Amino acid sequence: MIPAAFEYFAPKSLDEALRLVARHGDEAKLLAGGHSLLPLMKLRLSAPRYVVDIGRIRSLRSIREEGGRIVIGALATHHDVEASELLRITCPLLPETAAEIGDVQVRNRGTVGGSLAHADPAADYPAAILALDAEIVATSSSGTRVIPAAEYFVDLLTTQLRPGEILTEVRIPRTGENSGAAYRKLHQPASHFALAGAAARVTLGPGEKIESVAIGITGVAVNAYRATAAEQMLIGKKAAPKLLAEAAEKVTDGIDPLGDIHASAAYRRAAAAVYARRALEAAIARAGGKKA
Amino acid sequence: MGVEIQVHVNGKSFQNEVDPRLLLVHYLREVLGLTGTHIGCETSLCGACTVLIDGHPVKSCTMLAVQADGAEITTVEGLSSLPEAGGGLHPIQEGFWEKHGLQCGFCTPGMMLAAVGLLRENPSPTHAQIRRALDGNLCRCTGYQHIVEAVEYAARKLRAHKR
Ligand SMILES: Cc1cc2nc3c(=O)[nH]c(=O)nc-3n(C[C@H](O)[C@H](O)[C@H](O)COP(=O)(O)OP(=O)(O)OC[C@H]3O[C@@H](n4cnc5c(N)ncnc54)[C@H](O)[C@@H]3O)c2cc1C
Ligand code: FES
Ligand code: FES
Repeated sequence: MIPAAFEYFAPKSLDEALRLVARHGDEAKLLAGGHSLLPLMKLRLSAPRYVVDIGRIRSLRSIREEGGRIVIGALATHHDVEASELLRITCPLLPETAAEIGDVQVRNRGTVGGSLAHADPAADYPAAILALDAEIVATSSSGTRVIPAAEYFVDLLTTQLRPGEILTEVRIPRTGENSGAAYRKLHQPASHFALAGAAARVTLGPGEKIESVAIGITGVAVNAYRATAAEQMLIGKKAAPKLLAEAAEKVTDGIDPLGDIHASAAYRRAAAAVYARRALEAAIARAGGKKA
Repeated sequence: MGVEIQVHVNGKSFQNEVDPRLLLVHYLREVLGLTGTHIGCETSLCGACTVLIDGHPVKSCTMLAVQADGAEITTVEGLSSLPEAGGGLHPIQEGFWEKHGLQCGFCTPGMMLAAVGLLRENPSPTHAQIRRALDGNLCRCTGYQHIVEAVEYAARKLRAHKR
């Protein structure tokens, strides 16, 4: 359980880090909290020649409000997110999601950027990021690019990020009045990774009609995704318990769920429906609707 | 190939040249000789290797020694020299003693450091909060009940000490 030898760099600025990844290309790996990368390196499933530790770039750790949006630096830890007063007030879905990740020690080291760059199929943030219509900001030596969450997750451990790019921040649009959001998850007892996780964001209009809804699902497929069939079923309708249950059954429509030693594909499909319904119910209650 | 690091461990300053791939837990045990930090699973799951980095519990098997450069580290050997220990056993150590919070003791150093991390953030934790804070620490012997009581004991003692 000892990583293969590598050469180590600890840049203090983003520019320096970008130069290093540009110079070393495929042979370099970024290291943030190390809570996905180091386990892989210890198993020698990953053996990079160069490790660029971005953990000392202080400017990438802030959580702030900017231009009507919330901006979360890539190096904010899960604990930073869980404990952020700003997020608790403006975007409680993210602290709620961060609190579900792993255990205290994992939350003290793991980072938002690392989780989103690694894109584990069972990671928690992806569901929330999708439900929030967030934007992912990627920076390379040739400039900065903004990727909408809905396009960001591509396949197993694969995102739109390109070699040489560093995920620098995540931007969250502010949600309006009469909106509520919630994350509900069935966790794998040993690691706490999601066997099925659902984040829902709902805005209610007059008469408790669902004006807008976004549902992000993680843990179920090779990558996190928006449950568009379920969303379409809900739009414009009154948030009644029966409708929510029917829509929740649709969150795996057109999806080929993963099956592994922890849960079969059929089990994940069933769990996704249960946790999506619970997320929707909680989101609607928080949006001001009656407890569904 | 070696990288120079400087760390403060239990109040003492150390400077060493280390191989970048050296895990923090191996640095503590093999370079500094602080074998109180245990290695259980080596796969980030058991928490036996938990130490405090700048006051926060971290699994030292899932961190490189070079990542700790400049950090303040507390291991079980340092608990009794923390100010709140008042020169004797730290209240958490006393709690494990008084409440029989251990059997084989293998998980105990990690448990105590996770608990100290909790009590710094939350001096009056509920049972549920204690269990949540120890979620990353496995014990194969006790069934956890006495560990929770040990943490409660320490919380009470620390609150009294503050008054
Ligand atoms: C025991 C355990 C339990 C866990 N349980 C959960 C859980 O329940 N839910 C959950 O969601 N996660 C869980 N995790 C994973 C954890 O959240 C990781 O911290 C996270 O997935 C990766 O973040 P990191 O900062 O540690 O990234 P690292 O491990 O440092 O990096 C991961 C990958 O992303 C790349 N990378 C890192 N930062 C950037 C960046 N800014 N730009 C571009 N690429 C980058 C790295 O090169 C690497 O390939 C668990 C981990 C452990 C060890
Ligand atoms: S030895 Fe580090 S978590 Fe088990
Ligand atoms: S006392 Fe034996 S593992 Fe906890």
